[in-house]
Amino acid sequence: MAGISVDIRKKGFAFTLRTDQWWVEPALVMFGFTAFVVYSTWAAFQAQFYWYSNGAEGFGGYLSPMYSPLVFINETAKGAAPVHHAWFGTFPSWWPSFLPASPAFLIVAFPLLFRFTCYYYRKAYYRAFAGSPPACAVGAVSQKPYKGETGLLIFQNLHRYALYFAVIFIFILSYDGVMAFFRDGKFGVGVGSMVLLINPILLGSYTFGCHSFRHLVGGQMDCMSCNKFRYGTWKKVTFLNERHQLFAWMSLIWVGFTDVYVRMVSMGVWTDFSTWGN
Amino acid sequence: MKYNFKVFRGDKDSGGLVDYNVDVDEGMVVLDVIHRIQAHQANDLAVRWNCKAGKCGSCSCEINGKPRLSCMTRMNEFSPDKPVTVTPVKTFPVIKDLVTDVSWNYEQNKRIKPFKPDPKKKDAKGYVMFQEDVDRVQEFRKCIECYLCQDVCHVLRDHDRKDKFVGPRFMIRLASLEMHPLDTEDRIPAVRDEYGSGFCNITRCCTDVCPEKIQITDNGIIPLKERVVDRYYDPIARIFGGGKKKQK
Repeated sequence: MAGISVDIRKKGFAFTLRTDQWWVEPALVMFGFTAFVVYSTWAAFQAQFYWYSNGAEGFGGYLSPMYSPLVFINETAKGAAPVHHAWFGTFPSWWPSFLPASPAFLIVAFPLLFRFTCYYYRKAYYRAFAGSPPACAVGAVSQKPYKGETGLLIFQNLHRYALYFAVIFIFILSYDGVMAFFRDGKFGVGVGSMVLLINPILLGSYTFGCHSFRHLVGGQMDCMSCNKFRYGTWKKVTFLNERHQLFAWMSLIWVGFTDVYVRMVSMGVWTDFSTWGN
Repeated sequence: MKYNFKVFRGDKDSGGLVDYNVDVDEGMVVLDVIHRIQAHQANDLAVRWNCKAGKCGSCSCEINGKPRLSCMTRMNEFSPDKPVTVTPVKTFPVIKDLVTDVSWNYEQNKRIKPFKPDPKKKDAKGYVMFQEDVDRVQEFRKCIECYLCQDVCHVLRDHDRKDKFVGPRFMIRLASLEMHPLDTEDRIPAVRDEYGSGFCNITRCCTDVCPEKIQITDNGIIPLKERVVDRYYDPIARIFGGGKKKQK
């Protein structure tokens, strides 16, 4: 027997006998997340060009989802929304001077927490960023002792609470989607209207396919036949849940694209073709 | 067509990959090749197998580093230009060659509180349930106990936390009992504290390797984690009836 001495029990980060390109998926995930985080951080710090209504003051206009809802507004910023769109008017005097007066900072925690604690994203970033493990049957980063989600990461159980807030955001962004079909109170359709309409549809498909939501609407029951309405809802949510990864990515990309679209139109770089005229 | 196989030969203390050049015929699976090696080149090669139909779960091994059933892995997915590596499952101790000692799994099974039906729900026809009540449980009953999910689970494989986590196969068994409409046993505290649901970090490799395509993570482990959240981490859900103990 021509034996090749191999320690098949060997452990260590990235050690594997796999011969396929297992590293492609975590590399793509790492690239995708990093690109989004870099862009969204940059966009949040801009604090301008997040609104477009072609100068109209009345009801209607395009609002970037990265800035919605508008809690406070700095109306002197370029491309800012009219102050009456803000829940509480202009930025208060106590706002720290070293931080740009960006409405994005006031709302970012909620979608961030929802996505960070999402069961799909946990898989994606544990693999891509934490190497825990980088891929199936590929050596994980050593942790002594490994605690999983029982130690510091026990906070992942906050996902349920993040869901409650995420549902509120779906309604807010749906309102923004409706608002995009109006300008100065007059109904119309622009390319931006469609962009802002698709955004809550994708976000809703992601949020209402959430594992926690699936559990709450019916998964927690043992007797499905005891409540036909909850069982029916659970089956519909299951349909979305089976596509959770797809909607997680589509909604993430579309949020970024919507911000880019509103920003470009607001800056005058792109023309928003619409029934209102440009 | 000639293939080069590198098969692990050895025991729990030592061993290595041994080269075998084998003729492979059309339609063969990896287990057929192992049997041909055993018949013509290495009569003492140890391999566990039984049904050769993907239903007994005996022939679990790692083929080119991936946990798979050798009887369900067709040879036409490999190129004769590259060697095919066959090694025993990594998570459990080798007895000889491709045969491992998986008895730890049977010990975990014994720890789980068994099915406890409510006698009040038994009528003249026996225990009657609707199909929609047992759809979820029936998915879990497809498990053939090949233990590939246990093998690939990094909590057991890389971190060796067999002291804290029972592994995906038994989370599935727990889910099948917990979701059963007739069961009255409350296992949620044990799911968290004894069986270690928090040690799973949802990386879904168990689901990826399952030959029965059971959605172990999405339909089994995550719902159990959610039941733990109901009980311990979400007072709002408890107001609306979540997290209740089963009626004994």
